[in-house]
Amino acid sequence: MEFDLLINAIIAGLMLGGFYAAVTAGISISFGMLDIVNIAHPGFIILGSYIAYIVNVHFGADPILIAIVALPAFYALGSIIYQIYYQSFEKHGQDSLRGLAFFFGLLFVTEVALNLVFGVDYRTVDVPYIGGSLSIGAMEFPVRMLVPCLVSVAMFGGLILFMSRTFIGRAVMAVSQDPQALQLMAVDPIRIKRIAFSISIATASMAGAFLIIIQPVIPSSGREYIGRVFAICVLGGLGSLPGTLIAAFMIGVIESITSTFYGPSWAPAVSFGLLLLTLAVRPSGLFGR
Amino acid sequence: MRTPAFTLILTAVAAALYFTFNFVGNDYLFFAGYTVLQYIVLATAWNILGGYCGYVNFGSAGFFAIGVYTTVFLYAVGQQIETLVPEFMLAPMQLIFPLPLPVMIIVAGAVAGFIGLGMGYLTLRLRGVFFAIATLALTVVLETFIVNWSFVGGSRGAYVIPPNEVPVFGNFIQFLFALMLVLVILALTTARLIERSKLGVGFATIRDDELAAEASGVPTLRLKLIATVVSGALMGMAGAPFPFYIGYVEPASAFNLSYAVNSIAMPMIGGTTSWIGPLVGALLLGTLQQVATVTISSAVNLLIVGLLLIFFVIIAPRGIVGLVQDQLRKRSKS
Repeated sequence: MEFDLLINAIIAGLMLGGFYAAVTAGISISFGMLDIVNIAHPGFIILGSYIAYIVNVHFGADPILIAIVALPAFYALGSIIYQIYYQSFEKHGQDSLRGLAFFFGLLFVTEVALNLVFGVDYRTVDVPYIGGSLSIGAMEFPVRMLVPCLVSVAMFGGLILFMSRTFIGRAVMAVSQDPQALQLMAVDPIRIKRIAFSISIATASMAGAFLIIIQPVIPSSGREYIGRVFAICVLGGLGSLPGTLIAAFMIGVIESITSTFYGPSWAPAVSFGLLLLTLAVRPSGLFGR
Repeated sequence: MRTPAFTLILTAVAAALYFTFNFVGNDYLFFAGYTVLQYIVLATAWNILGGYCGYVNFGSAGFFAIGVYTTVFLYAVGQQIETLVPEFMLAPMQLIFPLPLPVMIIVAGAVAGFIGLGMGYLTLRLRGVFFAIATLALTVVLETFIVNWSFVGGSRGAYVIPPNEVPVFGNFIQFLFALMLVLVILALTTARLIERSKLGVGFATIRDDELAAEASGVPTLRLKLIATVVSGALMGMAGAPFPFYIGYVEPASAFNLSYAVNSIAMPMIGGTTSWIGPLVGALLLGTLQQVATVTISSAVNLLIVGLLLIFFVIIAPRGIVGLVQDQLRKRSKS
């Protein structure tokens, strides 16, 4: 019995980890590769959840489908934010304090605005597969976890391919290391950074849809993910997408085991503990350079 | 101006404020004033690390809550002293407990300073960004611990019943207000003292170019730790009287994100380079919020704070103090 519990906790953790990968993908790009500390990212994820919620309630569309349709809008939002960030902070050199305050303000404004519009009630979406569950022997796969996990891992694989195979992707990897060398290759580093940042915000649309499939959402839900996403990002190693994916699965499994055996109210402390441990012992993360 | 003279003037201003409020005789003034004073302490404390050293602390709410829950803990111990302490210790412990509020404030400051030291030691050796993220996560984890700790009320919250009468001050809220005034004087004097000492110069070198400071022999880690401890301790002290002010605390109110936002927004809007900035910012924003909470709604006033923060960070990076200085300079030139 104990063994079944452990197996199911690990399975649930792996599925949770797949979802965490989608949540962290954006931070992994913006913070890991571009050195932009976008702590407002969880706020955009919640925004994505609410967009999925509105459209789902009115038209009954599938949240993941909605998120894919909303991708261009999030991409555009990312472009605008990067433009503001570049013009007011990045251009004038390293004023990280104000940049951080800027994103913190964005996070807060998003949350309060959502609060004003939707109130603090929990919102859920209505999808046929939400209640279902596959079982193989003693192993349980709740579909509401399985679907986000699979789509998320597929998206993550696409991102890894994009970053390593295409010209723009490689330019993104290069821009954080040596923007001048990039200019010598006739590439505008600002444009590359804008594209990368926009992609990072676009992932929030997908992550938002996954989130609201997995659990009910309130405007302040995003806060729980701030510590978690940075923990995953740092643990995986800054700038390493495969590292992020592995770290996401690790955190998912550890959290799931913690909440199965010690109670769910302890789970949020896990990622922070790991974050502090990583920062203290190996700040470059598991797969960092 | 020498520091003793400065403190004396501050005390005089504080006393004048207290007696004016007392003369008007409306308790609401004390209630609203307390909140504004509390924000002055928080903003000044944040600025010691954020403004002087350039290290952003998103965990103000966490440090504030450490203060809040130190009081709740000590109060709960005082309430249940018979069941907690073995027989032979009871008599001496009953002499100590229940602790007077000023002592609780000092204990809260010590606890918050100690936690600041621990976290700073782990994260301050890395880039400033990691420290900022760690502070953000610290709030979440502290909240998790408090939610799971039933002795201080857990997620149900805890009642702290203030005494009806206090000697000398009479009314309890007037006593709290006076305590907060003392904390404001303490915070402002500390900030100004740091600013004008060698310590402040060291902080400024960290803010401007940490690598160069390190290379010139500035003990950066030690200075940063000092700043974190002082800043954290002041925030904890600001939180300590809060349970008595509000009467009932639960994790969601003690860890409210609005403390973190306000203690960043106020110095940013006022100006981060001197002790005047947080004071101006806190007075303006704090009063504005009190008015907006009464006249509009508390959600809208938080939205205003957030938008003001973004606006000032982009348009006027040196805050109101910076704007005024620019004006004065322009005028003296022409």
